[in-house]
Amino acid sequence: MDKRPFTIASFDQFLAEGKFMGMKCSKCGAFRIPPKPMCSQCYSTELEWVEMTGKGTLSAYSCVAVGTTMMVEEGYDRKNLYCTGVISLEEGPRICAQIIGADSNNPESIKIGTPLKVGFVERGKGEERRTYLAFNP
Amino acid sequence: MARKLNRGVAIVGAGMSKFGAFPDKNSRELLVEAFIEMMGSIDKGIDPKDIEAFYFGDAAGEAFEGQGHTAPIMGDWLGLLPIPCVRVENACASGSVAIRQAMLSIASGMHDIVLAGGAEKMSNLSTTRVTDTLADFTDVYSERSAGFTFPTAYASMATAYMAEYGARPEHFMMVGIKNHRNGALNPKAQFNSSILDIMNSKISKAKGKGGAIPTWKDEMDFLHDEGANPIVAWPMRLFDCSPISDGAACVLVVAEELVRRFTDSPLYIIGSGLASCGPLHDRDRLTSISAARVASQQAYEMAGVKPQDIQVAEVHDCFTIAELVAMEDIGFYEPGTAYKAVEEGATALDGPKPINPSGGLKSKGHPISASGAGQVVEIWHQLREEAGLRQVPIKNLRLGLTHNIGAHGSTCSINIFERR
Ligand SMILES: [Zn+2]
Repeated sequence: MDKRPFTIASFDQFLAEGKFMGMKCSKCGAFRIPPKPMCSQCYSTELEWVEMTGKGTLSAYSCVAVGTTMMVEEGYDRKNLYCTGVISLEEGPRICAQIIGADSNNPESIKIGTPLKVGFVERGKGEERRTYLAFNP
Repeated sequence: MARKLNRGVAIVGAGMSKFGAFPDKNSRELLVEAFIEMMGSIDKGIDPKDIEAFYFGDAAGEAFEGQGHTAPIMGDWLGLLPIPCVRVENACASGSVAIRQAMLSIASGMHDIVLAGGAEKMSNLSTTRVTDTLADFTDVYSERSAGFTFPTAYASMATAYMAEYGARPEHFMMVGIKNHRNGALNPKAQFNSSILDIMNSKISKAKGKGGAIPTWKDEMDFLHDEGANPIVAWPMRLFDCSPISDGAACVLVVAEELVRRFTDSPLYIIGSGLASCGPLHDRDRLTSISAARVASQQAYEMAGVKPQDIQVAEVHDCFTIAELVAMEDIGFYEPGTAYKAVEEGATALDGPKPINPSGGLKSKGHPISASGAGQVVEIWHQLREEAGLRQVPIKNLRLGLTHNIGAHGSTCSINIFERR
């Protein structure tokens, strides 16, 4: 079992290694993604890393024309929208992530309930460049 | 068990600056405008030296104006030093939470006469920097990192709402049309004009220039035009989003024993609720904000009233979808039915359940930390029947409610007011 601490830094390290890891509370079974050093449901610190299947469905989304600086620097704008939203994971919890490969310039074509599979996306320049969670249809 | 205050608390004065984009005014100067109007609104007058404490809502003074530790600075500009000046930060709910803190400080017995309000100066930043600053109020490790902006969070609720209940983007547009109609009657509103007025003025401008004249048939047609109403975060378009605003608002809150010294027409704070929730993906539902359900329940229980008793409400319509979600969360309508109520005109100024007679954040403007206090200023005018052209035509007006959200629902602050 992976002994890395239950921190966001560990979660990000896993992403950089191409792994989507969730924190599961050994006591009550609740998932926390991204992880917390203590289960915020039952206060237990007996936690474990679980590799998520990465399968889920789209529960909510938006196609964004006016993005944050981070997304603008990736080349997104009014002519080139990006899709992001809330994914319900097979294991139960939900997570927010960019949806890569959706027809973002045609938002009405995107359907709630669409099956998704985990992917990863790199963003940022130079030393700031790192891997973020993403999903693909 | 319903919680009660140990001591009654009432509002005896309320004022606001005009909301808008004012290149030559900072938040201090705007707060002074609001303060002067508030002082003038106290029927029997006040010596400002009698004010004992100041709770100042300020979400992002550092980001917007490069100014931290703003409360004592504001207290100085209002001539209130050396009284305690406390900054309250709950994102866009800062203003109403400041009023709640004033209420608590009076109910505790610590103070008798307290000023509360908020101010924000947003328009000197570029749209991208405002987008970044507001996105900082989402969870940076799970939402912002996924590319969420503020509009994105509400737009995501909107797609979930459409899928769950069958609403269409036109229903969001109807909220904007309604709020702009109200704002057209509010001289303090940033957009003191209906969407029809805006459309017609664009047509006249095009005629003046001698170019192609737009052929919009009506407001809906105008709002469907990507050129006139571009996507911000689909399905939220420009006219679904509150604007970038500057403004300030404040109220004077006093202990019940002192009320008649100031006015014979006070607004008692009879119910108050405050609750919190986590990032969007951790919530029980994506079409409702649990903090708003919890906070409104607290407020109704404390006040001993029901949603159907409330005669006029100002709700947090930072985006048009937010008004629909608010209407359901505060129990005015069953889940999934608010959009039908808007379609039927139930929440119009002359409807049975008028919502956002001020024009709401959409039309009146949304200087974030001032907005919650601005809502209370509107309820002050409405319940005292001093709202002029936008006065709701309801007989025996007595009960009003404000619903103020921080971030995308992480905080919800509800206050219920009774005119006595
Ligand atoms: Zn647990």
